[in-house]
Amino acid sequence: MALETSVIQDKLTAKFGDNVTGFIQQKDIFSFEVASDSMNEVMRFLKEDDVLRFNFLTDICGVHYPDSEKERQFAVVYHMHNWMDNVRIRFKCFLNGDNPEIETATNLFLGANWQERETYDFYGIIFKGHPQLKRILNMDEMESFPMRKEFPLEDGGRTDKDDRFFGRTPDNANNNLK
Amino acid sequence: MSDLLLPPEHRYAKQIEERRNEDGSELSVLNLGPTHPATHGIFQNILLMDGERILDGEGTVGYIHRAFEKIAENRPFYQITPLTDRMNYCSAPINNMGWWMTLEKALDIEVPKRVQYLRVIIMELARIADHIICNSVLGVDTGALTGFLYVFQYREKIYEIYEEICGARLTTNMGRIGGFERDWSPAAFKKINEFLEEFPAIWTEFENLLTRNRIFMDRTINVGPISAEKAMSYGFTGPNLRAAGIDYDVRVITPYSSYEDFEFNVPVGKSGDTYDRFCVRNAEVWESLSIIRQALDKLPEGPYHANVPDYYLPPKEDVYNNMEALIYHFKIVMGEVPVPKTEVYHAVEGGNGELGFYLITDGSRTPYRLHFRRPCFIYYQAFNDMVRGQMLSDAIATLSSLNVIAGELDA
Repeated sequence: MALETSVIQDKLTAKFGDNVTGFIQQKDIFSFEVASDSMNEVMRFLKEDDVLRFNFLTDICGVHYPDSEKERQFAVVYHMHNWMDNVRIRFKCFLNGDNPEIETATNLFLGANWQERETYDFYGIIFKGHPQLKRILNMDEMESFPMRKEFPLEDGGRTDKDDRFFGRTPDNANNNLK
Repeated sequence: MSDLLLPPEHRYAKQIEERRNEDGSELSVLNLGPTHPATHGIFQNILLMDGERILDGEGTVGYIHRAFEKIAENRPFYQITPLTDRMNYCSAPINNMGWWMTLEKALDIEVPKRVQYLRVIIMELARIADHIICNSVLGVDTGALTGFLYVFQYREKIYEIYEEICGARLTTNMGRIGGFERDWSPAAFKKINEFLEEFPAIWTEFENLLTRNRIFMDRTINVGPISAEKAMSYGFTGPNLRAAGIDYDVRVITPYSSYEDFEFNVPVGKSGDTYDRFCVRNAEVWESLSIIRQALDKLPEGPYHANVPDYYLPPKEDVYNNMEALIYHFKIVMGEVPVPKTEVYHAVEGGNGELGFYLITDGSRTPYRLHFRRPCFIYYQAFNDMVRGQMLSDAIATLSSLNVIAGELDA
């Protein structure tokens, strides 16, 4: 019998109450939000519960929402997959913009290790309890977190190229016309 | 501060010192990579060696990191396909098709059956090309160059088919939103048929060279094994996971592009060692050939792209002679296409496992966030676990049987 999304929602609400909110079906994936301090508990429950059985951590990634309120400026997005019933879920943990911190998932899935390092590398999100939280794709000496939205893709001072007419800069208004 | 945060050389210096004081033996640190010929790509492993045996290791990756996710946030959707080419460049069409399917899911576009079948054909050809490289290079790394040179001709033939379909060979940038940029020419089908006729004999011969070869078996059986539980925990997918005995295949569990229309087996191994990975890939090549044959037999007639003028470039003669087509042409080229605010995750079975695209759009011309779930990146972290306690030469064989592609590793 396939695992219904309503069952997932009921089980999570019964166990975690207000820490799990915002249930929504987005295209083919059932999604919700998890309070960042209960992330590890929720993931353990999803993994180890006899009915839910989300045995596989598909993906971890970060997102930056600089225009949101302070408490919701970063998100860590987890995709999990139940292979027995073939159900995928996605949940997001929103984090504080000044001091993004969340628990690690390395105690539950070995594969979380590098994915969390990558998220740290690009967004500066601290995973508490991670055994080796250091940069992975960028060089160790780097000071900025390049996937944050305030980090420009190209040096803004360049005068030799003008990309306005080629659909490349999302924010055309800020490019001074010459 | 945890010791693990130190550069590995520093950590190992302590261990070397301790061992010297303990029993006078001399451990050494070895750099495997970044440009070692046996790594087949640019990544480094710093290994602590006791003679020929590996005591510990740490992988350093990122040497060809090109910030694809950042670039993707600043490019209109159709300009992102060339980025996907450059991830797993051994099977670029799978990446291209995966990206188009992600967009089609986000935009709710229904693709004609013919397009889905053509996509299956090209993705399976790409999978064969990917497996040809991995398995023949495994032969090279264990000392058998002949098989590599022999089957590489046929990778060349696959590239000729790509060329016939899209004009490019390695980084294909194939397809459009909703289908292909043009219908496949009779020459392309002719080349595919020729390939299907000639290749099986070649592949049988290649298998005969290695599968029951005493030297090859001695070099690969029980080398770099991983248990099913551990592979799952590490996030393995694709042939490497199946070699450990789990029949997880995205094509079967969440069929996309009409994979449910075809009959094929999912080969699995047992012990998750280098030999099993080799055998699983060999068997998958046969399954891919069978899928291509079925798709060609059942190939429906019909259009080669969906009717989505908002996203699909109009034919050039219309652009020159027809106002409406000209408007669409400009809007698409400038990236001014209507995009809903949505979030999608779409996964395809890449050459190395589940290749996922997580796309967040905010209604503007570029993705708000695009994350690539790159199978190589996720399973390569297990490498040091797999080779700990093994000989250096076994580590090389393990590495090449994992088929780590630096482009996909570093994005």
